[in-house]
Amino acid sequence: MAITSAPGATRAAGRPAPSPPPGQRRTSLGRKLRDNLTGHAFLIGAVLCFAVFSWYPMIRGIVMSFQRTRRGETTWVGWDNYLRILDDPSFWTAWKNTFYFTLLALILGYAVPFFVAILLNEFRHAKGYLRILVYLPVMLPPASALFLFKFYAYDPSDAGLFNAILKALGLPTSQWMQSPDMTMPAMVIASTWMNMGSAVLIYLAALQNIPGELYEAAELDGAGIWRRILHVTIPQTRLILALLAMLQIVATMQLFIEPLILANGAGAEDSATSVAYLIYQHGFFQNDLNGAAALGVIMLVVLAGFSAVYLRLTAKQD
Amino acid sequence: MAQDSGTRTLISQAQLRRGPGRAIYWTLLAVVIIGFTLVFLGPLYWMVTGALKSGQEIAQTPPSLFPQEPQWQNYADAWNNLALAKLLFNTFYYATGAVLFQLVFDTAAAYSLSKLRPIFGNAILGLMLATLMIPAMVLIVPQYVTVIDLPILHISLLDSPFAIWLPLVANAFNIFLLKRFFDSIPEDLMAAALMDGATPLRTLWSIILPMSRPILGVVSIFAVTAVWKDFLWPKLVMPSPETRTVSVGIYAFAGGTPMNVVIAASVIAAIPTVIIFLIFQRNIMSGLTTGGLKG
Repeated sequence: MAITSAPGATRAAGRPAPSPPPGQRRTSLGRKLRDNLTGHAFLIGAVLCFAVFSWYPMIRGIVMSFQRTRRGETTWVGWDNYLRILDDPSFWTAWKNTFYFTLLALILGYAVPFFVAILLNEFRHAKGYLRILVYLPVMLPPASALFLFKFYAYDPSDAGLFNAILKALGLPTSQWMQSPDMTMPAMVIASTWMNMGSAVLIYLAALQNIPGELYEAAELDGAGIWRRILHVTIPQTRLILALLAMLQIVATMQLFIEPLILANGAGAEDSATSVAYLIYQHGFFQNDLNGAAALGVIMLVVLAGFSAVYLRLTAKQD
Repeated sequence: MAQDSGTRTLISQAQLRRGPGRAIYWTLLAVVIIGFTLVFLGPLYWMVTGALKSGQEIAQTPPSLFPQEPQWQNYADAWNNLALAKLLFNTFYYATGAVLFQLVFDTAAAYSLSKLRPIFGNAILGLMLATLMIPAMVLIVPQYVTVIDLPILHISLLDSPFAIWLPLVANAFNIFLLKRFFDSIPEDLMAAALMDGATPLRTLWSIILPMSRPILGVVSIFAVTAVWKDFLWPKLVMPSPETRTVSVGIYAFAGGTPMNVVIAASVIAAIPTVIIFLIFQRNIMSGLTTGGLKG
């Protein structure tokens, strides 16, 4: 943890550093070169990791999507992989499902943490306790949490936790994962419960950096609570809001473990199949790494489209 | 509480102390405390006690709030049949390594980008940040192909912890967080250290890092949770039962194991992180909420 760096500080504090002997000036060019080399020496570890595990696979993924490897022999096949992927009847279903999940998750998983953070920031009591509660599910292994939902919460009989609660409240019970209509909402609920803690804490940090005078001034101008949220809180946390929106879309487009565990992959009537699950299916079950790479490239293009729209929208606001 | 009375938030302190504001505040606080306890702690209670119920009791309606005859055997079965000790050790090992690798390489990189600013530094930062927009799923296939046959070296990292540690170093979000924090450290301090003849490494170690403890804590927590929460990547690169992480291990056994034993295993798998969290929650919370991000 963070404490590892502490001893160094106290040790170094009192000791005067040796001053450089006079007359040892370098030419400015040599000095610049040396400084640059030092700078890059600090960068090299991270840069190598990015190069091998991020930048190179990106290019390789695009190359692979136009190739086909059979019995160790790789040939160029043009758009064949893409055509094969588009022919897969699950392709359009997977996209429909993924977009639906992204949309539901934006409504629930994006707005809820922000308002929870605003609420928690107002409390002067039990702050620590409430924060621990919200963050606790984040610390669970996702497989653990999802088995809990699968076996106990989404049990379609009346013995299931959610159905028991619904019944006690006099509401109609649900088949949950066995009903195609409820599959996606059920996955979003589970996913939000598991993940919202980090967003709440990041928002809380941003909220604490808002200068109190801004609220003071808004209140003197007669702004109510909602107007203060709209005109002070949101503009002041704009950067973090924008960043997390982007990260959330990237995350929800990768919907994978929820369908895998909650719905055993495809779910009732293909209602859980996601694009990420399809990539996994092609790459590691149908022995079609090239098709999976093509599907990955399609996902990337769709996401690039998203971010282009997103950048345009945020640019307009400024 | 007392230490917060100075900071002004959305609603003023005075408003909360007077008549109706005070009543609303306490009511809302009570509702939120009860509601959050039910929503976030309730399922965990259900999980721990559910794993103690017999198969019959689990299927009964309405479900019982307390297990009638606690079946401790479920937990023992989970521990023994799934070899949970080995799975937990593996996960800890990967998480510890991930923290060390990320702290060393990402901190060095962020320091360089923030303070040393070598030529092409901004271009490199841009390329790193660009990876934030690339979903891991897009890279999963080419990354897997790369890991089973590393370029130039032509070795396979399958079943090697480096297959988890090294890709995690390529974490643009960490570098972004660290760089932002380093950016806020006054340049005067750097200049003073330079005047005293301190090397860049010395400056990082003695000046920057001690000031950055909150953000280093945040990065460490992110590293641990990343390893703990990741599922597909460890499933692919750690194929043999001896190297599995705990999530992958439970999933692998879920098919042929009774439901209550799977849940018991899930509970045991969650205990270490929950304990770590409860021990370090002060550091984690203060790191996440005061150290990190400035809107």
